[in-house]
Amino acid sequence: MLKWLLGGREIQEPVEKSLVLCIGDEQPQNPYTELQVLKGHSDIVRFVAWIDDFRFVSAGDDGVVFVWNVQNGERLHELRGHSRPITAIAVFPLMYSSQPESHLLLTASSDKNIIMWDLDSGSQFHLLMEIPSSVKCLMIIERLDIWLSGGNEVCIWNKDAELLHKTMCFKDADVSSMIELPKNGIAAAVRKELVIFKLVAPSQESETWEIIEMRRLSNHEDDIRALIKVNDRTFASGSHVGELIIWDALEWTVQATESQFWNTAPQRDKQAEIKISKSPNQHEICINHLISDKENIFAAIGTGIYVYNLQTRTVIAYQQMAHDSRVLHIAKLANNQLVSCSEDGSVRLWELQELPPAEPVTSGLFSMLGIGRTNKQQSQMAKHKLECSVLKTLELIGDLIGHSGAVRMFLYFEDHGMVTCSTDHLIILWKDGERESRLRSKKLLQILEQDEQYEP
Amino acid sequence: MISEFSEQVGPQPLLTVPDHARLNFDLNYFSLRIMSVDYQASFVGHPPGTGYPKLNFVEDSKVVLGDSKEGAFAYVHHLTLYDLEARGFVRPFCMAYISADENKIMLQFQELSHEFSRASECLKTGNRKAFAGELEKKLQDLEYTRNVLHNETEIQKNSNEKGYYTSVAIEKANELANVERCIIEHQDLLMQVRTYSHKKSREASYVSYEPDCDAEQPEVGLEQSLDPGGLPAKANWSNRRSTYTPKFTRAKSAKCFEKKLKTLEELCDVYFFTQTLEQLGNLEKSFRGDVCYLLTRQIEMKLLQQQRITSFLFEDCVAFSDEEQTEKQRHGYKPLPSHNILSQNVVEDPCESNVAASFESYKSCVESVPIKMEQQVNIESCHQAVADSIPCKNLQATLDLLDIEGKEKGSISSGESIEVLGTEKSWPNPIFAKSESQPSLQCQYPEVVKRKLVVTKRTNSEDSIEVLCTTESLIPEDLKASYPSAIYEEEPAVNNVEECGLRADAMQPFTSPQDANEFSNTNIISNPVTLSNLPEPVDSSCCTGKESPIFTESRPTLVTEYSDGIINVPPQRSKSVDKISPGDSVTQGGENGLTNLTADQVLTSCEREDSNLPGNGESGQLLLEDYLDSMSYISTSWCSDRTPSPALPTSPAKRLPGKRKKQCGKNALWFIRQYSFAQQAIFSLLSGRTLVVVGEQEGKVKKLIHALSMFVPNSGRGEDPIKQWVTFPLHIHHLQTWKLIGVQRIVSPVGSSVLHSLNRYSRYISILDSDNKSLRCPPYRGLLITRMADHRTQIKRGSTYYMHVNNLLTRVCSKAFLYTFCHHLHLPIDGRESEESVACRRLNFLKHHLGLMNDDGKIVQYLAELIKLHYLHEPAKGLNQVLRFAYVSSIVCKI
Repeated sequence: MLKWLLGGREIQEPVEKSLVLCIGDEQPQNPYTELQVLKGHSDIVRFVAWIDDFRFVSAGDDGVVFVWNVQNGERLHELRGHSRPITAIAVFPLMYSSQPESHLLLTASSDKNIIMWDLDSGSQFHLLMEIPSSVKCLMIIERLDIWLSGGNEVCIWNKDAELLHKTMCFKDADVSSMIELPKNGIAAAVRKELVIFKLVAPSQESETWEIIEMRRLSNHEDDIRALIKVNDRTFASGSHVGELIIWDALEWTVQATESQFWNTAPQRDKQAEIKISKSPNQHEICINHLISDKENIFAAIGTGIYVYNLQTRTVIAYQQMAHDSRVLHIAKLANNQLVSCSEDGSVRLWELQELPPAEPVTSGLFSMLGIGRTNKQQSQMAKHKLECSVLKTLELIGDLIGHSGAVRMFLYFEDHGMVTCSTDHLIILWKDGERESRLRSKKLLQILEQDEQYEP
Repeated sequence: MISEFSEQVGPQPLLTVPDHARLNFDLNYFSLRIMSVDYQASFVGHPPGTGYPKLNFVEDSKVVLGDSKEGAFAYVHHLTLYDLEARGFVRPFCMAYISADENKIMLQFQELSHEFSRASECLKTGNRKAFAGELEKKLQDLEYTRNVLHNETEIQKNSNEKGYYTSVAIEKANELANVERCIIEHQDLLMQVRTYSHKKSREASYVSYEPDCDAEQPEVGLEQSLDPGGLPAKANWSNRRSTYTPKFTRAKSAKCFEKKLKTLEELCDVYFFTQTLEQLGNLEKSFRGDVCYLLTRQIEMKLLQQQRITSFLFEDCVAFSDEEQTEKQRHGYKPLPSHNILSQNVVEDPCESNVAASFESYKSCVESVPIKMEQQVNIESCHQAVADSIPCKNLQATLDLLDIEGKEKGSISSGESIEVLGTEKSWPNPIFAKSESQPSLQCQYPEVVKRKLVVTKRTNSEDSIEVLCTTESLIPEDLKASYPSAIYEEEPAVNNVEECGLRADAMQPFTSPQDANEFSNTNIISNPVTLSNLPEPVDSSCCTGKESPIFTESRPTLVTEYSDGIINVPPQRSKSVDKISPGDSVTQGGENGLTNLTADQVLTSCEREDSNLPGNGESGQLLLEDYLDSMSYISTSWCSDRTPSPALPTSPAKRLPGKRKKQCGKNALWFIRQYSFAQQAIFSLLSGRTLVVVGEQEGKVKKLIHALSMFVPNSGRGEDPIKQWVTFPLHIHHLQTWKLIGVQRIVSPVGSSVLHSLNRYSRYISILDSDNKSLRCPPYRGLLITRMADHRTQIKRGSTYYMHVNNLLTRVCSKAFLYTFCHHLHLPIDGRESEESVACRRLNFLKHHLGLMNDDGKIVQYLAELIKLHYLHEPAKGLNQVLRFAYVSSIVCKI
């Protein structure tokens, strides 16, 4: 196409382009046939967060937070307060107990402020000035009515924005992400280490909150990039060099390690890989994002997507060159669909499909039956077994092209489609055109009916 | 022209609009002519039984008269204004619209009458106000006089103690009595004026312009308070009046002949006078141009009005709003200050009822309940339907409906004069009158035209025909009687009636509810005789000139437009052509060959014609040859070109400048001839896919853009979807607003990034490479655009092609409208129905009912989407547009 456009004067495209899975213009399974561009940000939009069924917030490097209506793209509020890029946001779940229902939002910025917003009125609720370090992550523990901020120290705050307790400073390091573990445990990723904290709520002995460092886990060889909670008993972390470690949430022990994702590619792709490997290999194997449903962990590693089954401890499906460049965010939708977004500015829709041939089915059965056989040997052998353990394929069913910069993040609304935010300062609402058209018809006819009632 | 029958000098012209009257036109002579019509019996004077003069609030009368000597014909509107100093307090005036073309006046009679009534109403309102003020002054004068006289008599009485009255005293006493009588008379007059305007304003339901003018005033006057300054009512009056110092009036001093009569400005309030002038100016402007032009423009406007819902798509936005503006003005939307409330009511009305009505009717229509109705029943139901909307619509009309009976007499002056005495005053029942007067009017107009040309055996002389439309005489029996005759008379012209197997009277439903909505006549005809006629609420937005027969023409067009594929409608074009053409017999001849053409095609060709025909206002006589030419052209093929006629309409009132239209059409023609893939390109535009024209030379690209611009649907939000020339890389949000973009191709870093962005968004855009003459776009399979952009088309003229495309686009729009507002297409009929079956029904509807195959459906769907968005759009929130697209593969076409 480009060649045609350039009238054949340009040189041929690099060969590696052909490696990336491409889908033509015909995408019958792609439901997103309508888009709406939301303009407002003046810099990279890094975060979008879900508020409720029809609202979301977006925040980015321009320090402004917008509240949007996902139904029609209306801008509901413009929250201005930060002077520097926003580094973390968190939306309070609906507070049903204390005050009249209101949605609260926490934003932390590199201007070292944290602001608590009232999303319904669009006003500042609390302003926390002069936090010692810029906060990299925020976590709300609704159960305990507190929230935590992680910078180069972890602080506990209550809902009235009073500092309850804070840890000592990490030297030269920031908490990049935190997750909640059972029994008031907190796992925080601090560079290569996972630090486990324990929260002590006020009790008879002590009036104040306390946070105690329990253990430091240094199994990763490089910086931890992703940390997720898989279920109550396990959590997982992924590092810059592509190590995925499954942890026991109670014992803080390693359950499984998978570090050879980039080798899972079949032989035939090897040559191509060598070619690419001239570019820094790190990018190719860095675990950028992890998500999980109860059975699988989906990892965005380099330019690829991998599906790791927790039971079999194997990669059951993968797409090594899912995107042209790094995959930044992935999400699992209902009906086995997977969405990924990447630095190449596209969002792709995948479907996890069973492999049709008969042979893998047996191994599929096998893996189904072989529940609970978990040991290190198996994971050691994983690499060897990978070729035959791939039971499913990730089929590309569609891609969404709209952004001209890296798509940082996206948000999926069941009823309204997808929201993507990008470095090109735009937010795009992707909608199912058919359904929108239907909805509009309904609305129009409703209006007509109302008019009719008023008319004699 | 406003003329007065002056008491002193007889008829004299007062002023003309526009100011510079034609030099060769003898105004004096003509004013004599028009004023010589003895248009009303004397109402003024002392009716028997009353002691003092009674004011009659005379209705205006409207007469058409012709003058063969001057070659001028005029619509003459007589009115009377009150002047205290005039004989019988009245001064007759008349306004006339003079034209060389008799047909023009005849056909536009209703409009003219309406407009003039408004102007005259304005004038009279002002006059009443001035008159009332005048009376008041006079009263004060008289009272003052009386006081003076009284005092004098008293003094005389006192001084004269001899007990007898001197002659001087007697004279004084007489004078005093005289003055007292005068006072009583004037008070009565004042009361009459006041109550009249009061009553009038109440009837018209507009705010009285003098709220403080209530019954109190005259009563106060009757008290005859001795101190004029102490009149309590005075407080109510403005300062201007209270500062007025009474002067002594001598009873006999007022000799009319010694006095200079008041000018028209003085007679009316200045404000009202200027208003009237303005109205008349507008009127003159709006009736500029020849008959053909006027008629087609009216049809066009009418159609546009009815298509208001979809018209934003392709019509010129500015022009349209302009039109609405003028439309409003015509409706009296630029009213006197006192009309405000009224106009607001009306303003809000049309759109809603339009939508609602069409929607409603459509629903019932699609549910395909074939109603077989007796004609009479039809009319009845029509009445009922009309009844709802009458009160509001009829206001203007009811203004005239006062107790005075309309009497019309016409002087038949010369051989060619036709008088239409078409006052529709004094309807016993407006509802009745409404629906009945229409058919009668329509029916009789053709008669007029016919008889003029074809010598019939009627008893009326062929030269002067009187058409009496006094509707009070029309009762249903009359109606029945008059219908068939009228229609039968038409029948020779309506050739196709027989073909369609319709009885002539079955046609009646098509003609009766003239301003009913588009769908009123969408009859489902499975069996030609079974007409399911839908009673239709009359659209109130169409109140101007609703009685005008011209609008029958709009019916067939609409019917076919909305009925393509579903409905089989007897073409009635004969009637329309009938009216357009003076060369009637020629028309007939031409028509005979037209059997298989649908009405709108003819109409369009007429429209097309119109733009080519000489359009100077005064020289409206068309050459017969011209007509022959055009008619044969119609009969040969509707898409064939006709021999070009040199003159283009020069009328300033043209909506879109003819030149631009022509240029646009010309470019488009060039494009479709030059580029074999024109259809695909147009398909991209019509289905909402942005078309990017890439090229190195700006001129070339812009030419292509210009050629294609007429195919770009507007979003209706005032954003221009066409961007002629960009030099920067496109972003996704550009594609949202711009649908036709010219992009510069240069060999530079910027240039390559531009191309890369095009490459990136290639799925959303079609790219036309003007340098290599190739196009990358989705393939098109369908018929619609094939017809629209046939590269072998015979059309040679730009404006003709423009009209052709406009016609087709309008048709598509109407389909889209239908699709959008069809209830069951989008909602399940009952709760159990699944979405799939509704979707299926939707597709079927597109395919089978609208006759849209393949990709044509996509066009309609896209347009429907635009309509929806347009009407759901809340302007306050300033929301972005959405970009809709489809995942389809593209092909590369080359010449």
